[in-house]
Amino acid sequence: MKRFLLFLPLLAAIIVGVVLFAGIGKDPTKLDSALIGKPVPAFSLRDLKQPETTLDEAVFRGEITLLNVWGTWCPSCRDEHDDLMWLAREKKVSIIGLNYKDNRDDALVWLDRLGDPYSKVIYDPKGTLGFDLGVYGAPETFVIDASGVVRYRHVGVVNGDVWERVLLPVINDARENG
Amino acid sequence: MLRILCFVVATVASSMTFADVSAVYGFDDRSEEQRYQNLIAELRCPKCQNQNIADSNSPISKDMRNAVYQMMLEGASDQEIVDSLVGRFGEFVKYKPDLDSRTFMLWATPAIAVLGGLIVVVGIVVRSRRTGTAAPTLSAEEQARIDKMLAEKNRNGSA
Repeated sequence: MKRFLLFLPLLAAIIVGVVLFAGIGKDPTKLDSALIGKPVPAFSLRDLKQPETTLDEAVFRGEITLLNVWGTWCPSCRDEHDDLMWLAREKKVSIIGLNYKDNRDDALVWLDRLGDPYSKVIYDPKGTLGFDLGVYGAPETFVIDASGVVRYRHVGVVNGDVWERVLLPVINDARENG
Repeated sequence: MLRILCFVVATVASSMTFADVSAVYGFDDRSEEQRYQNLIAELRCPKCQNQNIADSNSPISKDMRNAVYQMMLEGASDQEIVDSLVGRFGEFVKYKPDLDSRTFMLWATPAIAVLGGLIVVVGIVVRSRRTGTAAPTLSAEEQARIDKMLAEKNRNGSA
């Protein structure tokens, strides 16, 4: 009994160590989306590029798409723009943009100058769809499957590494279990 | 006259800090405003972590405060308001998470710590009682020896 007690501090240290070790490398600022496994919330917003057209959640039906939340006020969106261009051009990924809390003129100049990786851009100047999607900081990129269900949300910049390591596996999984 | 003016200016200036909230969001009565304050105090900002949405100035907190206010106007209950925000931003926005399999250890740890402490305290008390009562039980023979020794000591001391 006495001897067993001697090992108690060691045991406690091991338990605390395991718990703390599990937390190493986790970025607490990146949260899982609450919408994973749920359909994209209903919305009715204008098309950025064609102001007369109204878009709704049906734009996500039919194929696996990335939904990229961006704005011209967002410096990291500028960082990832070339990578989005590369994804659209080289990888033939269908990307729908959500122009979040921005204004149309600035957004159109941006696409004109930097190129347009988006098949469609939803214009959300008040951030209503962004709010329903739980967007808390652009850029964010959602993987949406062919039936319009959210599969994954990536917070932060998309680049070649994120594509290979994070987004592609989710897309492949959505393709197989679609 | 100047003194009165100073007084008025000071009074108005001091009330301005309180006017901030109700200037943005009007409430019909005090209890509703209190309810609003309680709600935004227990909701957590997803962007600027470790701040509640009452404290935070980030755009997302502003949106969330606005959503809370709008839902209150529509007559939603506290539970409905919190659920609607959790549905968008996740369990993270609640400072008091629900008790489920993931948060079980979080809630149970204080109880486990208190229980562990109690066991240790009870153990110490029981052990000290046991040794305490063991000491005075002497056999008749031992008692006789002690009496003899004490008697001898007393005789020597007085001599």
